[in-house]
Amino acid sequence: MTPKIDLLPILPELILIGIGIVVLLGGAIVKRAEPGALLAISLAGVLGAAAASIQLWNWHGGLTVLAGAVAADRFAVVARLVILAATGIGLLYGYHYFERSGEGKPEFYPLVLFAASGMTLIAAASDLIVVFLALEILSLSLYVLTGFSSRLGSVEGAMKYFLLGAFSSAFFLFGVAMAYGATGSTRLSAVSRALAGQTGSQALALAAVGLLAVGFAFKVSAVPFHMWTPDVYQGAPTAITAFMSAGTKVAAFAAFMRVFNVAFQPLTLDWMPLVWALAVLSVVVGSVLAIAQTDIKRLLAYSSVAHAGFILIGLSAPGQLGMSAALFYLVSYAVMILGAFGVVMLVSARGEDRTTIDSYAGLAKQSPLLAGLMALFLFSLAGIPPTAGFIAKVRVFTVAIGAGHWELALIGVLASVVAAYFYLRVVTVMFMQEPADDAEPDPSLLPRLAIVIPAVATLVLGVFPGLVTGFLDTAAVIRW
Amino acid sequence: MAWLSIVIFLPLVGIPVLLLWRGMTDTHARILAMVVMVADFVIALGALGAFDPTRSGYQLVEQVPWVRSVGLSYLVGVDGFSIWLVVLTTFMMPVALISSWSVTHKVRMYMGLSLLLETVILGSFCALDLLLFFVFFEAMLVPMFLVIGIWGSNRRVYASVKFFLYTMLGSAFILLATLFLYFKTGQQFDHASFDIRQMEQLSLAAITQRWLFVAFFVGFAVKVPIFPLHTWLPDAHTEAPTYGSIVLAALLLKAGPYGILRFNLDLFPEASRYFATSIEVLAVIGIVYGAIVAMMQTDVKRLVAYSSVSHMGFIMLGIFSLTPEGVSGAVVQMVNHGLSTGLLFFCIGMLYERTHTRDMAEMGGIADVTPWIAASFVVATLSSIGLPGLNNFVGEFLVILGTFSVDRVLGAVAVLGVILSAIYMLWAYQRTFQGKAPERLRGLSDMLPREFAAVIPVVAVMVFIGIYPKVVLDRVNPTTAGVVRWVRSVHVDQTGLPGGLRAVVQPAYTPPEDVAVAGTVRASRGTP
Repeated sequence: MTPKIDLLPILPELILIGIGIVVLLGGAIVKRAEPGALLAISLAGVLGAAAASIQLWNWHGGLTVLAGAVAADRFAVVARLVILAATGIGLLYGYHYFERSGEGKPEFYPLVLFAASGMTLIAAASDLIVVFLALEILSLSLYVLTGFSSRLGSVEGAMKYFLLGAFSSAFFLFGVAMAYGATGSTRLSAVSRALAGQTGSQALALAAVGLLAVGFAFKVSAVPFHMWTPDVYQGAPTAITAFMSAGTKVAAFAAFMRVFNVAFQPLTLDWMPLVWALAVLSVVVGSVLAIAQTDIKRLLAYSSVAHAGFILIGLSAPGQLGMSAALFYLVSYAVMILGAFGVVMLVSARGEDRTTIDSYAGLAKQSPLLAGLMALFLFSLAGIPPTAGFIAKVRVFTVAIGAGHWELALIGVLASVVAAYFYLRVVTVMFMQEPADDAEPDPSLLPRLAIVIPAVATLVLGVFPGLVTGFLDTAAVIRW
Repeated sequence: MAWLSIVIFLPLVGIPVLLLWRGMTDTHARILAMVVMVADFVIALGALGAFDPTRSGYQLVEQVPWVRSVGLSYLVGVDGFSIWLVVLTTFMMPVALISSWSVTHKVRMYMGLSLLLETVILGSFCALDLLLFFVFFEAMLVPMFLVIGIWGSNRRVYASVKFFLYTMLGSAFILLATLFLYFKTGQQFDHASFDIRQMEQLSLAAITQRWLFVAFFVGFAVKVPIFPLHTWLPDAHTEAPTYGSIVLAALLLKAGPYGILRFNLDLFPEASRYFATSIEVLAVIGIVYGAIVAMMQTDVKRLVAYSSVSHMGFIMLGIFSLTPEGVSGAVVQMVNHGLSTGLLFFCIGMLYERTHTRDMAEMGGIADVTPWIAASFVVATLSSIGLPGLNNFVGEFLVILGTFSVDRVLGAVAVLGVILSAIYMLWAYQRTFQGKAPERLRGLSDMLPREFAAVIPVVAVMVFIGIYPKVVLDRVNPTTAGVVRWVRSVHVDQTGLPGGLRAVVQPAYTPPEDVAVAGTVRASRGTP
């Protein structure tokens, strides 16, 4: 029997890939294609995909389509929208970045769109094979994007990312095989049902849990699978780092939540210690190692590791509560990190010139706007009210305490104090030191406007989180 | 009328103007901030007028649901404690602003941060929702951090980071305890909330209460600061610009004892009794230690900073005497310390602006040159050492009275602190002002009109409270009586340490109708 083909729930991906191919061909056929036009088409594609996602909010068809391969739930809608927002801002950043550095190639736009399609697909994938496919689509695109510049660091980062990423993919695939061996299916709902009915030894299933967790932990940069993060974040062109840090984190966590809360829901008690350990290691190691960094991109990379830990603290509460808190954290994290890397891009002025923390000396004098925005993002990352980062932390700690993990909340709050130190250090350099040289930050207006979007979002989420928590709470239910 | 919301958020009105008005000069910015702050003071006086002095519960309460899914609401109100801190804040902010009138570096940002700071301080004194309080409490750090770090003196960056991290570390425990209480309200009532009126009715096992008490206490103790958590204070006070020192000493520090009065005593009465003696001992150590270290200083600003450690010890002592006199005295003392230390820092700021030194030896004899500054300093000094007829006398007297009624030894040591304060403050005056002025200090200007405009109101209020403290005490006493009775009334069954402490003994916080005036209720502390 051929399954009923219902393509509407994957319309966002179809649009992204379609537009990606159009832009790719356009860039190849038209000599010296105008980057502005490519950007416009790509952004139109992103907006179209967003519109296609929004209309899925009130989807009345089945829970999953295409023989159970893709879910059509609100969880996927929310994750897609966050990813698409990050993609849009990433495209704007990238356009500007490559125009100034002179390394622009038309392939940038389709690659970002392909990566975005992988990210959105993984958020909706409800079959382990589809999860893996989507993971590979996004990873392969990101490997190329990381090495997009001809600088040595960029190529080196891409190589590291690729080699380690290939390992993690292998782990992941092995985990998929184990899951199939244990349950006879790769469909998440079928895996879940099979596991719920099993008695006796579940060694295979547990091995699958472990291997899949390694794969996801790699993608979300949780300790001890975070080694690639600083090098890749530092090496990749800043615009791509911005897109990658926000998009990959959201996509990988979305898939993580779906796989573990659906397929391995019967084994919750078995994988919870894993989440616990990953969370503790990530917040502690990420926060402590960030202190020693002298490069702002590496600092943000380690802070990204720590934030993965905070999100995992939220996930230590099973079910809707944990997922809702984690989703809010992901939304907040995406806007903060996009904004922060946007400022980094503008301070570098051209390419990767000035990324040491020292080069931020006196930024408040050179560009009060950029320094103010950066301070906002850093305070939000540190979790100071009234910003998105504060509410996000409150929510994850609340659900962790509610789930009985008060020790996670304790470690979390203490790690935030450690983390506050290195964010503060950047603020002190910006506001309390005199400029070291007279290199000016990039004066362009367009990327500044692009950074104002996450800045406004950071404040609005901090002051009126109720605007989105309602949506997130309804979205944080995965039925199967 | 939404008195409190207007008082809290009025200062923010100035910020968009500062950001958007292109042609604004520095003078415009200063005047704008000044006008807003004075207007806010007038409204705060209106709130004081609307406050019913005979009631002990929360008044002028405003409640708006804010984030329903989190149970967070915008809930503000004042009682006899916080109304005075609100008035004190709006009164001292313009005074502090005048002290920085001559700052020329990034004036607009300075004024913007001052206005922001005023809002968050007022918010933390008015919030009755625990998370809302925490938002304001934590948000205080950012503007203060920037004020110290940008406009401070040589070691400003070190001092500002230390201030930030110390306080944040303390408040991390408060956050944790807050979330735990929230979780408990969800378990025990039909919906979870951060409303402290609801949290007061939680039944918590004695051991849980004690842990939560410690978490809150550590957070607030850093802010107070209580010995041995005080080490950030001398650095922050000394390195901060005059404005920062005044706001820190007069207002920010008050958030500590205020938090303990509001949250520790109200939420954990049994634990408050349990820990009272230990905290009193720490407070007395702080009084004596602060006084002795102050005596050793050569930097006049550092001296006043350590004197704050000593004075804040008195406030803690009063609170944990858990007697009506002690608690009322502590509240009055919070206001008094704000006034007298604020004035001291103001005088030091005036001197520093003229001489560019804080070393007492280098200033020696400056009274000849600047007699009015010397006179102001004398008034502040006399107030600070508790001369009868000035404000501090009232508070210290009540605190010592309260302490004596529970523990004579601690009371006696505290009295020693008063004597020590007379020694170091008068000696500081002598070293700074008396003698023959060195040649290089000749020709410095005495107080300017704007400085008179700041000093005269402060001195007037100090004298007024000293002579007629009834105005303050009448509004404080009903609340004090309610809180003290509350803390003492809640029993704990020593054999079983069961849950259901408060819910069993007293179903809800009911303010007593009969109003005890400080000095009339006399009972010793201890498990009833």
